[in-house]
Amino acid sequence: MDPTSEEPAMSVASTTREIGDEALPSRGKVGVIALIACESSLLAVFVVAYLFYLGKSLSGPYPKDVLDFPLLGTIFLFTSSVTVVFAVRALRRGASSAGAGWLAATVLLGVGFLSRTAREWQRLIFHDGLTISTNLFGTTFYSLVGLHAGHVVVGLLMLTVILGCAVRGALRPSHAERVELVSWYWHFVDVVWFVVLTVVYVVGR
Amino acid sequence: MSAITGPLSEGEAAADAQRPWTSTLHEWAMTVDHKRLGIMYVLGGLVFFVVAGSEATLIRLQLIHSNNTLISPQLFNRLLTMHGTTMVFFVGIPIVFGFANYLVPLMIGARDLAFPRLNAFGFWLFLFGGLLLYFSFIAGDGLAGAGSAPDVGWFAYSPLAGRAFSRGHSTDFWTVGLLIAGIGTNATAINLVASVFTMRCPGMTLGRMPLFVWMMLVVSGMTLIILPPLTAAQIMLLFDRFLGSHFFDTQAGGSALLWQHFFWFFGHPEVYVLMVPGFGYVSEIIPVFSRKVIFGYAMVAAASVSIGFVALTTWAHHMFTVGLGAAPNALFVASTMLVGVPTGIKIFNWLATIYGGRIRFQVPMLFCLAFLFQFLCAGLTGIMLSVAPFDYQLHDSYFVVAHFHFVLIGGLLFTIFAAIYYWFPKVTGRMLSERLGRWHFWLLVLGFNLTFVTLHFVGFAGMPRRIYTYPADRGWDLLNTVATLGVPLQIAAVLCFVVNVVVSLRRGAVAGNDPWDAWTLEWGTTSPPPAYNFESIPIVHSRRPLWDLKHPEDPDGPHE
Repeated sequence: MDPTSEEPAMSVASTTREIGDEALPSRGKVGVIALIACESSLLAVFVVAYLFYLGKSLSGPYPKDVLDFPLLGTIFLFTSSVTVVFAVRALRRGASSAGAGWLAATVLLGVGFLSRTAREWQRLIFHDGLTISTNLFGTTFYSLVGLHAGHVVVGLLMLTVILGCAVRGALRPSHAERVELVSWYWHFVDVVWFVVLTVVYVVGR
Repeated sequence: MSAITGPLSEGEAAADAQRPWTSTLHEWAMTVDHKRLGIMYVLGGLVFFVVAGSEATLIRLQLIHSNNTLISPQLFNRLLTMHGTTMVFFVGIPIVFGFANYLVPLMIGARDLAFPRLNAFGFWLFLFGGLLLYFSFIAGDGLAGAGSAPDVGWFAYSPLAGRAFSRGHSTDFWTVGLLIAGIGTNATAINLVASVFTMRCPGMTLGRMPLFVWMMLVVSGMTLIILPPLTAAQIMLLFDRFLGSHFFDTQAGGSALLWQHFFWFFGHPEVYVLMVPGFGYVSEIIPVFSRKVIFGYAMVAAASVSIGFVALTTWAHHMFTVGLGAAPNALFVASTMLVGVPTGIKIFNWLATIYGGRIRFQVPMLFCLAFLFQFLCAGLTGIMLSVAPFDYQLHDSYFVVAHFHFVLIGGLLFTIFAAIYYWFPKVTGRMLSERLGRWHFWLLVLGFNLTFVTLHFVGFAGMPRRIYTYPADRGWDLLNTVATLGVPLQIAAVLCFVVNVVVSLRRGAVAGNDPWDAWTLEWGTTSPPPAYNFESIPIVHSRRPLWDLKHPEDPDGPHE
């Protein structure tokens, strides 16, 4: 390579800088991808534990006796992944009130999902007598589903903070990328739910 | 050269000297500067190194002859656990990530890591995780009753670590301390990955990055995949101990083996997380002290990446004796032997770099040369142990202890000392003494080999690891005594090092920007570098930007 051929302009301030022809990716995006890789590894271990202990409980209740397919909650969560996309698009356009509306819808759907999980757990604990210490099914079920629900809570906290900013009118189109990063996390939580759904409610039943 | 230096003015230096120490302390505690955090990481690691080394000394003294009762069996278990845990999590990891913190932004021509505050967060989690672990010594029964330090081994096998067998909170100190430190390490790994991909200066393509940066990219990527499983297993252990779940509770159908799988899925790649940065230091130091470019740059980088992948598939070679069956054993034998191939490639690359070079036998190079020999031995015993039938014979014997101490001391620790001697002038502006450095080097070579070569033979003679003491009629006495005699030499070596650092900080020769006539970007700025690293962001045209600056008539670019 001819060393004199490239003398790119230096723009240190922007997050995306040019190296010759190669544009560097945004650090937020790479950071969130790395975080998601890390979280995937964490959740994978709980999935492995669930599959490993499938059918190994020494006493009941067993999954087929007590688990119902959580249709409504699943619809809530998957829909929220769509509304958060609309929220990011609206914010990027500068339509902050529309963005706030979509964000509010996302938060509501997330809360809806959590309330369905809460209802399910209430029934399992008080009606079916299944707790984390009952048997291996209880152990792996509550930790896997609970860990996912914990991630939903974290996502909801972030979305609520953003919603607060949007309602106060503090959200500008320049913030759209950051909101998009949170939406990536939210999509990740959705994908994890798809895995949990398959493992716990389809394969495991 | 002047284009990328940013000297501290006289006035600033004088003002710096007059400030009260509390304000300096405040500045260090609140800092988000990657260089200061890097220094604190390494210093923290070295302090824990002395602590864990003292624990090892007590262990060796207890084993000096048969039927010894110098310390109680309970204390022995606690020391064994704390030694292993500390060396891996609070010595190896912080030093390795501390160096990366300091060097990666300088080497890629950036002013800081991608997320400076996340960086500080990671450091403080590491430090308080370590302090929490060590708080166990004074918690519970207190010091007189040996406290309630963890005593379940650094691997905390189930069901021993379950609440039926490990009463009290000693195991919880292990679990929570490591969990906290692990989150910090993950944060730093995310930070490094993001920095390497997004913060490189103009011209610094991936193919021009220093090999150390390549290796830290591999290490950080591996950390993201392997550390969360340990965290997950620790969460499960906490659930077992506090909520009464049954993950590792064999009474209720839980599996003790699952813990071993989870733990070693972390534990084995962890060795590479510690060792690959050592390869990185060596890949920077050997070329400079051989006055040649690294032989096979692309090959070394590719070998590191393949180590990163293959290392993820070798964990069950720690479990050959648990009865996994012939097929899984064969698979893990194969993958373990496979990981030796890229490692061997690197050894040949370093040898080829030295070959025909004008070698400077200064202290960093001495440590690198000793590393080459000792790490080769460690690798060869590793290949021996990868053969499952051979492993059946020597599993859980002192041969294994000797093997992995050859990796982690003969390999890693020697490269860490090489790195400290090499980059100390950059960090402090002062040279470390060559004379004391040579004392340090030779005492450590002698002491280390006396202890750990001998332990191979103790292992061959059948002595199991992790035992408190042994009967007199086994013929292990002499070898154990010899092994323990190596310890004072190693202590003397470390003392030489500490004296060297303390004396050189005040009276060492002034280093200047580039004392080794090196080629990577960190040597292009002042020693120590200013807070902003580079006055103007450098522009890079080859893998050796400083060579290009020093030799404009013969730049590297056309040769690459």
